Amino acid sequence: MKQEIPFTFDGVPMTGRVGDTVASALHAAGVMKLSSSIKRHRPRGFYCAIGNCSSCHMIVDGKSNVKTCVTPLRAGMKVETQTGKGVVR
Amino acid sequence: MIAKELVVIGGGPAGLCAAIAAAESGSRVLILDRSARLGGQLIKQTHKFFGSENQYAKTRGFDIAKILLSRVDTFADLIEIWVEATVVALYPDKVLTVVQDGKYIKIQAKAIVVAAGASEKFLAFENNDLPGVYGAGAVQTLMNVYGVRPADRVLMVGSGNIGLIVSYQLMQAGVKVAAIVEAAPRIGGYKVHASKIARLGVPILTSTTVLRAVGETCVKQAVTVKLDPAWKPIPGTESVHDVDAICVAVGLTPLTSLLAMAGAMTSYIPELGGYAPILTDEHESTLADVFVAGDAAGVEEASSAMVEGRLAGLCAAKRLGYPHADFDDIVSECHAQLAGLRNGPFGCKTCAGIAKMREVRDHAR
Ligand SMILES: Cc1cc2nc3c(=O)[nH]c(=O)nc-3n(C[C@H](O)[C@H](O)[C@H](O)COP(=O)(O)OP(=O)(O)OC[C@H]3O[C@@H](n4cnc5c(N)ncnc54)[C@H](O)[C@@H]3O)c2cc1C
Ligand code: FES
Repeated sequence: MKQEIPFTFDGVPMTGRVGDTVASALHAAGVMKLSSSIKRHRPRGFYCAIGNCSSCHMIVDGKSNVKTCVTPLRAGMKVETQTGKGVVR
Repeated sequence: MIAKELVVIGGGPAGLCAAIAAAESGSRVLILDRSARLGGQLIKQTHKFFGSENQYAKTRGFDIAKILLSRVDTFADLIEIWVEATVVALYPDKVLTVVQDGKYIKIQAKAIVVAAGASEKFLAFENNDLPGVYGAGAVQTLMNVYGVRPADRVLMVGSGNIGLIVSYQLMQAGVKVAAIVEAAPRIGGYKVHASKIARLGVPILTSTTVLRAVGETCVKQAVTVKLDPAWKPIPGTESVHDVDAICVAVGLTPLTSLLAMAGAMTSYIPELGGYAPILTDEHESTLADVFVAGDAAGVEEASSAMVEGRLAGLCAAKRLGYPHADFDDIVSECHAQLAGLRNGPFGCKTCAGIAKMREVRDHAR
Protein backbone atom coordinates (compact mmCIF):
# COMPACT_ATOMS: atom_id res chain seq x y z
CA MET A 1 0.00 0.00 0.00
CA LYS A 2 1.35 3.41 -0.95
CA GLN A 3 1.86 6.05 1.73
CA GLU A 4 -1.27 8.06 2.52
CA ILE A 5 -1.55 11.85 2.17
CA PRO A 6 -4.12 13.70 4.29
CA PHE A 7 -6.06 16.65 2.83
CA THR A 8 -9.48 18.24 3.20
CA PHE A 9 -12.27 18.56 0.63
CA ASP A 10 -14.86 21.24 1.48
CA GLY A 11 -13.77 20.86 5.09
CA VAL A 12 -14.07 17.06 5.18
CA PRO A 13 -10.84 15.19 5.99
CA MET A 14 -9.79 12.76 3.23
CA THR A 15 -6.72 10.79 2.24
CA GLY A 16 -5.00 10.31 -1.10
CA ARG A 17 -1.87 8.34 -1.94
CA VAL A 18 1.67 9.27 -2.90
CA GLY A 19 1.73 10.01 -6.64
CA ASP A 20 -1.88 11.26 -6.73
CA THR A 21 -2.98 14.55 -8.23
CA VAL A 22 -5.74 16.43 -6.41
CA ALA A 23 -8.28 15.20 -9.01
CA SER A 24 -7.17 11.54 -8.94
CA ALA A 25 -7.37 11.48 -5.13
CA LEU A 26 -10.87 12.97 -5.22
CA HIS A 27 -12.01 10.52 -7.89
CA ALA A 28 -10.65 7.59 -5.87
CA ALA A 29 -12.68 8.94 -2.92
CA GLY A 30 -15.82 9.01 -5.06
CA VAL A 31 -15.96 12.78 -5.65
CA MET A 32 -16.93 13.49 -9.26
CA LYS A 33 -18.21 17.06 -9.12
CA LEU A 34 -15.26 19.45 -8.87
CA SER A 35 -16.83 22.78 -9.78
CA SER A 36 -19.97 24.31 -11.22
CA SER A 37 -20.25 26.08 -14.52
CA ILE A 38 -20.05 29.87 -14.78
CA LYS A 39 -23.57 30.79 -15.94
CA ARG A 40 -25.98 27.98 -15.15
CA HIS A 41 -24.04 26.38 -12.30
CA ARG A 42 -24.16 22.94 -13.81
CA PRO A 43 -21.90 20.33 -12.18
CA ARG A 44 -18.45 19.90 -13.71
CA GLY A 45 -15.99 17.03 -13.39
CA PHE A 46 -12.63 16.56 -15.09
CA TYR A 47 -12.46 15.84 -18.81
CA CYS A 48 -8.90 15.53 -20.16
CA ALA A 49 -6.80 14.81 -17.03
CA ILE A 50 -3.70 16.32 -18.67
CA GLY A 51 -4.20 20.04 -18.15
CA ASN A 52 -5.77 21.00 -21.48
CA CYS A 53 -9.44 21.73 -20.88
CA SER A 54 -9.91 23.66 -17.57
CA SER A 55 -12.89 21.48 -16.59
CA CYS A 56 -11.25 20.58 -13.26
CA HIS A 57 -10.76 24.06 -11.79
CA MET A 58 -11.02 24.13 -7.98
CA ILE A 59 -9.96 26.30 -5.09
CA VAL A 60 -6.75 24.92 -3.59
CA ASP A 61 -5.30 26.52 -0.47
CA GLY A 62 -7.43 29.59 -1.15
CA LYS A 63 -6.37 29.97 -4.79
CA SER A 64 -9.09 29.74 -7.46
CA ASN A 65 -8.80 28.18 -10.92
CA VAL A 66 -6.22 25.57 -10.01
CA LYS A 67 -6.09 22.77 -12.61
CA THR A 68 -6.46 19.94 -10.14
CA CYS A 69 -5.76 17.20 -12.70
CA VAL A 70 -2.11 18.25 -13.01
CA THR A 71 -1.60 19.50 -9.45
CA PRO A 72 0.20 16.94 -7.29
CA LEU A 73 -1.57 16.29 -3.98
CA ARG A 74 0.40 17.55 -0.99
CA ALA A 75 -0.19 16.85 2.69
CA GLY A 76 -2.55 19.30 4.39
CA MET A 77 -3.95 20.78 1.17
CA LYS A 78 -7.28 22.55 1.56
CA VAL A 79 -9.35 21.71 -1.53
CA GLU A 80 -12.72 23.38 -2.16
CA THR A 81 -15.43 23.14 -4.83
CA GLN A 82 -15.29 26.18 -7.10
CA THR A 83 -18.45 28.00 -8.16
CA GLY A 84 -18.31 30.07 -11.33
CA LYS A 85 -15.16 31.96 -12.23
CA GLY A 86 -13.62 31.87 -8.76
CA VAL A 87 -12.38 34.85 -6.83
CA VAL A 88 -9.04 36.52 -6.14
CA ARG A 89 -8.55 36.54 -2.39
CA MET B 1 14.48 37.82 -18.14
CA ILE B 2 16.43 34.55 -18.31
CA ALA B 3 18.41 33.83 -21.49
CA LYS B 4 18.49 30.28 -22.88
CA GLU B 5 19.78 28.66 -26.08
CA LEU B 6 17.22 26.08 -27.16
CA VAL B 7 13.92 25.82 -25.31
CA VAL B 8 11.80 22.70 -25.86
CA ILE B 9 8.13 23.10 -24.92
CA GLY B 10 6.81 19.69 -23.84
CA GLY B 11 8.67 16.61 -22.62
CA GLY B 12 6.77 13.89 -24.49
CA PRO B 13 8.42 11.59 -27.04
CA ALA B 14 8.86 14.45 -29.54
CA GLY B 15 10.32 16.92 -27.04
CA LEU B 16 12.65 14.38 -25.42
CA CYS B 17 14.02 13.28 -28.82
CA ALA B 18 14.47 16.92 -29.86
CA ALA B 19 16.41 17.63 -26.67
CA ILE B 20 18.60 14.54 -27.07
CA ALA B 21 19.41 15.35 -30.72
CA ALA B 22 20.22 18.98 -29.92
CA ALA B 23 22.44 18.00 -26.99
CA GLU B 24 24.22 15.40 -29.18
CA SER B 25 24.96 18.30 -31.51
CA GLY B 26 26.39 20.34 -28.63
CA SER B 27 23.56 22.77 -27.87
CA ARG B 28 22.34 23.63 -24.40
CA VAL B 29 18.66 22.76 -23.96
CA LEU B 30 15.91 23.65 -21.51
CA ILE B 31 12.90 21.28 -21.43
CA LEU B 32 9.69 22.74 -20.01
CA ASP B 33 6.73 20.54 -19.08
CA ARG B 34 3.59 21.42 -17.21
CA SER B 35 3.17 18.02 -15.59
CA ALA B 36 5.20 16.62 -12.72
CA ARG B 37 6.65 13.78 -14.81
CA LEU B 38 8.27 13.78 -18.24
CA GLY B 39 7.21 11.32 -20.93
CA GLY B 40 4.00 12.89 -22.23
CA GLN B 41 1.35 10.40 -23.30
CA LEU B 42 3.85 7.52 -23.15
CA ILE B 43 3.62 7.17 -19.37
CA LYS B 44 0.02 5.97 -19.54
CA GLN B 45 0.51 3.51 -22.36
CA THR B 46 0.79 0.02 -20.94
CA HIS B 47 0.37 -1.69 -24.31
CA LYS B 48 3.16 -2.75 -26.65
CA PHE B 49 3.75 -0.40 -29.56
CA PHE B 50 3.32 -1.08 -33.23
CA GLY B 51 5.70 0.34 -35.77
CA SER B 52 9.32 -0.24 -36.58
CA GLU B 53 12.18 -1.59 -34.42
CA ASN B 54 13.91 1.79 -34.78
CA GLN B 55 11.09 3.35 -32.75
CA TYR B 56 10.94 0.63 -30.09
CA ALA B 57 8.07 -1.39 -31.56
CA LYS B 58 6.96 -4.26 -29.27
CA THR B 59 8.05 -2.17 -26.26
CA ARG B 60 5.44 -0.79 -23.86
CA GLY B 61 4.89 2.97 -23.97
CA PHE B 62 6.03 3.68 -20.42
CA ASP B 63 9.20 1.65 -21.00
CA ILE B 64 9.96 3.79 -24.08
CA ALA B 65 9.66 6.84 -21.82
CA LYS B 66 12.21 5.28 -19.44
CA ILE B 67 14.63 4.62 -22.31
CA LEU B 68 14.35 8.22 -23.56
CA LEU B 69 14.73 9.67 -20.06
CA SER B 70 17.89 7.67 -19.41
CA ARG B 71 19.29 9.09 -22.70
CA VAL B 72 18.41 12.57 -21.47
CA ASP B 73 20.22 11.84 -18.19
CA THR B 74 23.48 11.16 -20.04
CA PHE B 75 23.45 14.82 -21.14
CA ALA B 76 22.99 16.22 -17.63
CA ASP B 77 25.59 18.93 -18.34
CA LEU B 78 23.67 20.23 -21.38
CA ILE B 79 19.98 19.45 -20.74
CA GLU B 80 18.13 21.33 -18.02
CA ILE B 81 14.62 20.22 -17.03
CA TRP B 82 11.82 22.23 -15.44
CA VAL B 83 8.67 20.31 -14.51
CA GLU B 84 5.36 21.70 -13.29
CA ALA B 85 6.33 24.59 -15.55
CA THR B 86 3.53 25.64 -17.91
CA VAL B 87 4.28 27.82 -20.92
CA VAL B 88 1.39 30.28 -21.01
CA ALA B 89 2.64 32.67 -23.67
CA LEU B 90 4.92 32.70 -26.70
CA TYR B 91 5.87 35.93 -28.49
CA PRO B 92 7.28 36.46 -32.01
CA ASP B 93 10.65 37.55 -30.60
CA LYS B 94 11.03 34.09 -28.98
CA VAL B 95 10.19 35.27 -25.49
CA LEU B 96 8.22 32.75 -23.44
CA THR B 97 6.22 33.25 -20.27
CA VAL B 98 6.34 30.27 -17.94
CA VAL B 99 4.26 29.77 -14.79
CA GLN B 100 5.97 27.71 -12.15
CA ASP B 101 5.01 27.52 -8.50
CA GLY B 102 2.65 30.49 -8.85
CA LYS B 103 5.36 32.71 -10.34
CA TYR B 104 5.62 34.14 -13.86
CA ILE B 105 9.05 33.67 -15.38
CA LYS B 106 10.17 35.25 -18.68
CA ILE B 107 12.66 33.45 -20.89
CA GLN B 108 14.39 34.76 -23.99
CA ALA B 109 15.20 31.77 -26.21
CA LYS B 110 17.47 31.70 -29.25
CA ALA B 111 15.48 28.84 -30.77
CA ILE B 112 12.39 26.92 -29.76
CA VAL B 113 10.96 23.47 -30.44
CA VAL B 114 7.22 23.33 -29.77
CA ALA B 115 6.37 19.74 -28.82
CA ALA B 116 3.23 20.36 -26.78
CA GLY B 117 1.28 17.39 -28.17
CA ALA B 118 -2.45 17.38 -28.81
CA SER B 119 -5.72 17.77 -26.99
CA GLU B 120 -8.73 15.50 -27.10
CA LYS B 121 -11.64 16.47 -29.29
CA PHE B 122 -15.08 16.84 -27.81
CA LEU B 123 -18.47 15.72 -29.10
CA ALA B 124 -21.78 17.60 -29.05
CA PHE B 125 -24.63 15.69 -27.38
CA GLU B 126 -27.20 16.46 -24.70
CA ASN B 127 -25.74 16.65 -21.18
CA ASN B 128 -22.20 16.19 -22.48
CA ASP B 129 -20.95 18.38 -19.62
CA LEU B 130 -22.01 16.00 -16.82
CA PRO B 131 -19.27 14.61 -14.60
CA GLY B 132 -18.73 11.10 -15.92
CA VAL B 133 -18.25 12.22 -19.52
CA TYR B 134 -14.50 11.82 -19.95
CA GLY B 135 -11.93 11.88 -22.69
CA ALA B 136 -10.58 8.39 -23.37
CA GLY B 137 -7.07 9.59 -22.59
CA ALA B 138 -8.27 10.90 -19.23
CA VAL B 139 -9.65 7.52 -18.27
CA GLN B 140 -6.40 5.91 -19.35
CA THR B 141 -4.40 8.42 -17.30
CA LEU B 142 -6.54 7.84 -14.24
CA MET B 143 -6.18 4.07 -14.27
CA ASN B 144 -2.66 3.59 -15.65
CA VAL B 145 -0.80 6.53 -14.12
CA TYR B 146 -2.66 6.99 -10.81
CA GLY B 147 -4.07 3.49 -10.28
CA VAL B 148 -7.59 4.81 -9.78
CA ARG B 149 -10.55 2.85 -11.15
CA PRO B 150 -12.31 5.38 -13.42
CA ALA B 151 -15.84 3.93 -13.33
CA ASP B 152 -17.81 0.67 -13.06
CA ARG B 153 -19.57 0.55 -16.44
CA VAL B 154 -18.45 2.54 -19.46
CA LEU B 155 -19.84 3.40 -22.88
CA MET B 156 -16.97 4.02 -25.31
CA VAL B 157 -17.66 6.48 -28.13
CA GLY B 158 -15.30 5.93 -31.07
CA SER B 159 -13.66 2.77 -32.41
CA GLY B 160 -10.32 4.18 -33.51
CA ASN B 161 -7.18 2.67 -31.98
CA ILE B 162 -7.46 4.83 -28.88
CA GLY B 163 -11.08 3.79 -28.25
CA LEU B 164 -10.19 0.14 -28.78
CA ILE B 165 -7.00 0.15 -26.70
CA VAL B 166 -8.55 2.06 -23.82
CA SER B 167 -11.59 -0.29 -23.86
CA TYR B 168 -9.28 -3.26 -23.56
CA GLN B 169 -7.33 -1.66 -20.73
CA LEU B 170 -10.59 -0.82 -18.92
CA MET B 171 -11.56 -4.49 -19.08
CA GLN B 172 -8.12 -5.45 -17.77
CA ALA B 173 -8.80 -3.12 -14.84
CA GLY B 174 -12.08 -4.93 -14.16
CA VAL B 175 -14.34 -2.22 -15.60
CA LYS B 176 -17.29 -3.39 -17.66
CA VAL B 177 -17.47 -1.89 -21.16
CA ALA B 178 -21.16 -1.86 -22.11
CA ALA B 179 -20.52 -1.19 -25.79
CA ILE B 180 -18.31 0.69 -28.21
CA VAL B 181 -20.29 2.92 -30.58
CA GLU B 182 -18.92 4.15 -33.90
CA ALA B 183 -20.71 6.70 -36.09
CA ALA B 184 -19.00 5.50 -39.26
CA PRO B 185 -20.23 2.31 -40.96
CA ARG B 186 -16.98 0.50 -40.13
CA ILE B 187 -14.53 0.10 -37.26
CA GLY B 188 -11.79 2.72 -37.31
CA GLY B 189 -8.84 1.03 -35.58
CA TYR B 190 -6.65 -2.02 -36.22
CA LYS B 191 -8.51 -5.28 -36.68
CA VAL B 192 -6.37 -7.15 -34.12
CA HIS B 193 -7.53 -4.79 -31.36
CA ALA B 194 -11.17 -4.97 -32.46
CA SER B 195 -11.17 -8.78 -32.63
CA LYS B 196 -9.62 -9.06 -29.17
CA ILE B 197 -12.42 -6.91 -27.75
CA ALA B 198 -15.19 -8.63 -29.70
CA ARG B 199 -13.94 -12.00 -28.38
CA LEU B 200 -14.43 -10.69 -24.84
CA GLY B 201 -18.08 -10.11 -25.66
CA VAL B 202 -18.15 -6.34 -26.02
CA PRO B 203 -20.44 -5.26 -28.87
CA ILE B 204 -18.94 -2.79 -31.33
CA LEU B 205 -21.95 -0.98 -32.79
CA THR B 206 -21.17 0.74 -36.10
CA SER B 207 -23.40 3.46 -37.62
CA THR B 208 -24.35 4.31 -34.05
CA THR B 209 -23.71 7.37 -31.90
CA VAL B 210 -24.42 8.70 -28.43
CA LEU B 211 -27.57 10.83 -28.31
CA ARG B 212 -27.53 11.99 -24.70
CA ALA B 213 -26.22 11.41 -21.23
CA VAL B 214 -28.79 10.96 -18.47
CA GLY B 215 -28.25 12.05 -14.87
CA GLU B 216 -28.59 15.00 -12.48
CA THR B 217 -25.17 15.41 -10.93
CA CYS B 218 -23.30 12.67 -12.76
CA VAL B 219 -23.82 10.15 -15.58
CA LYS B 220 -26.31 7.37 -14.76
CA GLN B 221 -27.24 6.26 -18.28
CA ALA B 222 -26.34 6.80 -21.90
CA VAL B 223 -28.77 6.79 -24.80
CA THR B 224 -27.43 5.67 -28.17
CA VAL B 225 -29.07 5.79 -31.58
CA LYS B 226 -28.54 4.25 -35.01
CA LEU B 227 -27.52 6.51 -37.89
CA ASP B 228 -28.67 6.39 -41.49
CA PRO B 229 -26.16 6.60 -44.36
CA ALA B 230 -26.36 10.42 -44.13
CA TRP B 231 -25.39 10.19 -40.43
CA LYS B 232 -28.86 11.30 -39.30
CA PRO B 233 -30.36 9.58 -36.22
CA ILE B 234 -33.03 7.01 -37.13
CA PRO B 235 -36.10 7.62 -34.90
CA GLY B 236 -37.17 4.61 -32.85
CA THR B 237 -33.70 3.04 -32.76
CA GLU B 238 -32.67 4.54 -29.41
CA SER B 239 -31.33 2.21 -26.75
CA VAL B 240 -30.49 2.92 -23.13
CA HIS B 241 -27.29 1.72 -21.43
CA ASP B 242 -26.81 1.74 -17.67
CA VAL B 243 -23.34 3.25 -17.37
CA ASP B 244 -21.61 5.61 -14.96
CA ALA B 245 -19.17 6.95 -17.53
CA ILE B 246 -19.14 7.87 -21.21
CA CYS B 247 -15.70 7.83 -22.75
CA VAL B 248 -15.17 10.10 -25.72
CA ALA B 249 -12.51 8.80 -28.12
CA VAL B 250 -13.17 10.83 -31.25
CA GLY B 251 -9.65 11.91 -32.01
CA LEU B 252 -7.14 14.55 -31.12
CA THR B 253 -6.30 17.98 -32.39
CA PRO B 254 -2.81 19.61 -32.41
CA LEU B 255 -2.13 22.04 -29.56
CA THR B 256 -1.22 25.06 -31.64
CA SER B 257 -2.44 27.84 -29.34
CA LEU B 258 1.08 29.02 -28.44
CA LEU B 259 2.13 29.02 -32.10
CA ALA B 260 -0.99 30.94 -33.09
CA MET B 261 -0.35 33.46 -30.32
CA ALA B 262 3.15 34.11 -31.64
CA GLY B 263 1.73 34.59 -35.12
CA ALA B 264 2.94 31.39 -36.77
CA MET B 265 0.78 30.40 -39.70
CA THR B 266 -1.66 27.53 -39.19
CA SER B 267 -4.24 26.04 -41.50
CA TYR B 268 -7.27 23.79 -41.05
CA ILE B 269 -6.21 20.36 -42.25
CA PRO B 270 -8.64 17.63 -41.10
CA GLU B 271 -6.17 14.83 -41.95
CA LEU B 272 -3.76 16.27 -39.37
CA GLY B 273 -6.45 16.64 -36.70
CA GLY B 274 -7.56 20.26 -37.17
CA TYR B 275 -5.56 23.50 -37.22
CA ALA B 276 -1.98 22.50 -37.96
CA PRO B 277 1.14 24.66 -38.30
CA ILE B 278 2.63 25.34 -41.72
CA LEU B 279 6.16 23.90 -41.63
CA THR B 280 9.25 23.59 -43.80
CA ASP B 281 10.71 20.13 -44.44
CA GLU B 282 13.04 20.88 -41.50
CA HIS B 283 9.94 21.35 -39.30
CA GLU B 284 10.44 25.09 -38.90
CA SER B 285 7.27 27.16 -38.58
CA THR B 286 6.70 30.43 -40.43
CA LEU B 287 8.42 32.12 -37.45
CA ALA B 288 12.20 31.92 -37.88
CA ASP B 289 13.93 29.60 -35.36
CA VAL B 290 10.62 28.22 -34.02
CA PHE B 291 10.36 24.51 -34.84
CA VAL B 292 7.44 22.11 -34.26
CA ALA B 293 7.44 18.33 -33.76
CA GLY B 294 5.14 15.49 -32.76
CA ASP B 295 1.37 15.69 -32.36
CA ALA B 296 1.59 19.50 -32.22
CA ALA B 297 2.66 19.40 -35.88
CA GLY B 298 -0.20 17.06 -36.85
CA VAL B 299 -1.76 14.22 -34.87
CA GLU B 300 -0.02 10.97 -35.62
CA GLU B 301 1.86 8.49 -33.42
CA ALA B 302 4.62 8.33 -30.87
CA SER B 303 6.90 6.60 -33.37
CA SER B 304 6.73 9.46 -35.86
CA ALA B 305 6.76 12.01 -33.00
CA MET B 306 10.17 10.68 -31.95
CA VAL B 307 11.61 10.95 -35.46
CA GLU B 308 10.14 14.43 -35.99
CA GLY B 309 11.56 15.49 -32.63
CA ARG B 310 14.99 14.25 -33.62
CA LEU B 311 14.78 16.10 -36.92
CA ALA B 312 13.62 19.35 -35.32
CA GLY B 313 16.25 19.11 -32.57
CA LEU B 314 19.06 18.61 -35.10
CA CYS B 315 17.89 21.49 -37.30
CA ALA B 316 17.38 23.85 -34.36
CA ALA B 317 20.87 23.05 -33.03
CA LYS B 318 22.39 23.62 -36.45
CA ARG B 319 20.67 26.99 -36.62
CA LEU B 320 22.30 27.88 -33.30
CA GLY B 321 25.72 27.05 -34.71
CA TYR B 322 25.98 23.43 -33.55
CA PRO B 323 25.78 21.26 -36.65
CA HIS B 324 25.88 17.56 -35.75
CA ALA B 325 28.98 15.80 -37.15
CA ASP B 326 26.69 13.48 -39.16
CA PHE B 327 23.97 16.05 -39.79
CA ASP B 328 23.22 15.21 -43.43
CA ASP B 329 23.20 11.45 -42.87
CA ILE B 330 20.91 11.61 -39.83
CA VAL B 331 18.52 14.05 -41.50
CA SER B 332 18.10 11.84 -44.55
CA GLU B 333 17.71 8.82 -42.27
CA CYS B 334 14.92 10.66 -40.38
CA HIS B 335 13.12 11.48 -43.62
CA ALA B 336 13.43 7.85 -44.74
CA GLN B 337 12.07 6.60 -41.40
CA LEU B 338 9.12 8.99 -41.56
CA ALA B 339 8.32 7.84 -45.08
CA GLY B 340 8.46 4.23 -43.89
CA LEU B 341 6.17 4.88 -40.92
CA ARG B 342 3.65 6.64 -43.16
CA ASN B 343 3.58 3.78 -45.63
CA GLY B 344 0.67 1.83 -44.09
CA PRO B 345 -3.09 2.23 -44.50
CA PHE B 346 -3.22 4.77 -41.65
CA GLY B 347 -0.16 6.61 -42.90
CA CYS B 348 -1.79 7.60 -46.16
CA LYS B 349 -4.08 9.94 -44.23
CA THR B 350 -1.07 11.72 -42.76
CA CYS B 351 0.58 11.88 -46.18
CA ALA B 352 -2.55 13.50 -47.62
CA GLY B 353 -2.51 16.00 -44.73
CA ILE B 354 1.14 16.84 -45.26
CA ALA B 355 0.54 17.29 -48.98
CA LYS B 356 -2.25 19.77 -48.18
CA MET B 357 -0.03 21.58 -45.69
CA ARG B 358 2.71 21.91 -48.34
CA GLU B 359 0.19 23.23 -50.82
CA VAL B 360 -0.86 25.96 -48.38
CA ARG B 361 2.80 26.69 -47.68
CA ASP B 362 3.82 26.97 -51.32
CA HIS B 363 0.78 29.08 -52.10
CA ALA B 364 1.62 31.51 -49.28
CA ARG B 365 5.19 32.02 -50.49
C1 LIG C 1 -4.62 5.60 -25.91
C2 LIG C 1 -3.48 5.95 -26.81
C3 LIG C 1 -2.78 4.91 -27.43
C4 LIG C 1 -1.71 5.20 -28.27
N1 LIG C 1 -1.01 4.15 -28.84
C5 LIG C 1 0.07 4.39 -29.63
C6 LIG C 1 0.84 3.30 -30.20
O1 LIG C 1 0.54 2.11 -29.99
N2 LIG C 1 1.91 3.62 -30.97
C7 LIG C 1 2.26 4.93 -31.20
O2 LIG C 1 3.26 5.16 -31.91
N3 LIG C 1 1.54 5.96 -30.69
C8 LIG C 1 0.46 5.73 -29.91
N4 LIG C 1 -0.28 6.78 -29.38
C9 LIG C 1 0.05 8.15 -29.78
C10 LIG C 1 1.19 8.77 -29.03
O3 LIG C 1 1.02 8.61 -27.64
C11 LIG C 1 1.28 10.26 -29.34
O4 LIG C 1 1.26 10.43 -30.72
C12 LIG C 1 2.59 10.83 -28.79
O5 LIG C 1 2.61 10.75 -27.39
C13 LIG C 1 2.79 12.29 -29.23
O6 LIG C 1 3.99 12.76 -28.69
P1 LIG C 1 4.27 14.28 -28.43
O7 LIG C 1 5.62 14.33 -27.79
O8 LIG C 1 4.04 15.02 -29.66
O9 LIG C 1 3.15 14.76 -27.41
P2 LIG C 1 2.78 14.31 -25.92
O10 LIG C 1 3.19 12.92 -25.65
O11 LIG C 1 1.37 14.66 -25.76
O12 LIG C 1 3.66 15.27 -25.02
C14 LIG C 1 3.41 16.64 -24.92
C15 LIG C 1 3.96 17.18 -23.63
O13 LIG C 1 3.89 18.59 -23.65
C16 LIG C 1 3.48 19.07 -22.40
N5 LIG C 1 2.85 20.39 -22.62
C17 LIG C 1 1.77 20.67 -23.38
N6 LIG C 1 1.50 21.99 -23.35
C18 LIG C 1 2.42 22.55 -22.54
C19 LIG C 1 2.66 23.89 -22.11
N7 LIG C 1 1.90 24.92 -22.50
N8 LIG C 1 3.69 24.11 -21.27
C20 LIG C 1 4.47 23.08 -20.84
N9 LIG C 1 4.29 21.80 -21.23
C21 LIG C 1 3.29 21.53 -22.06
C22 LIG C 1 2.55 18.00 -21.88
O14 LIG C 1 2.47 18.02 -20.49
C23 LIG C 1 3.20 16.71 -22.41
O15 LIG C 1 4.09 16.14 -21.48
C24 LIG C 1 -1.34 6.54 -28.52
C25 LIG C 1 -2.04 7.58 -27.89
C26 LIG C 1 -3.09 7.31 -27.03
C27 LIG C 1 -3.80 8.47 -26.34
S1 FES D 1 -9.38 17.91 -16.67
FE1 FES D 1 -8.79 19.07 -18.39
S2 FES D 1 -7.53 20.58 -17.46
FE2 FES D 1 -7.91 19.25 -15.84
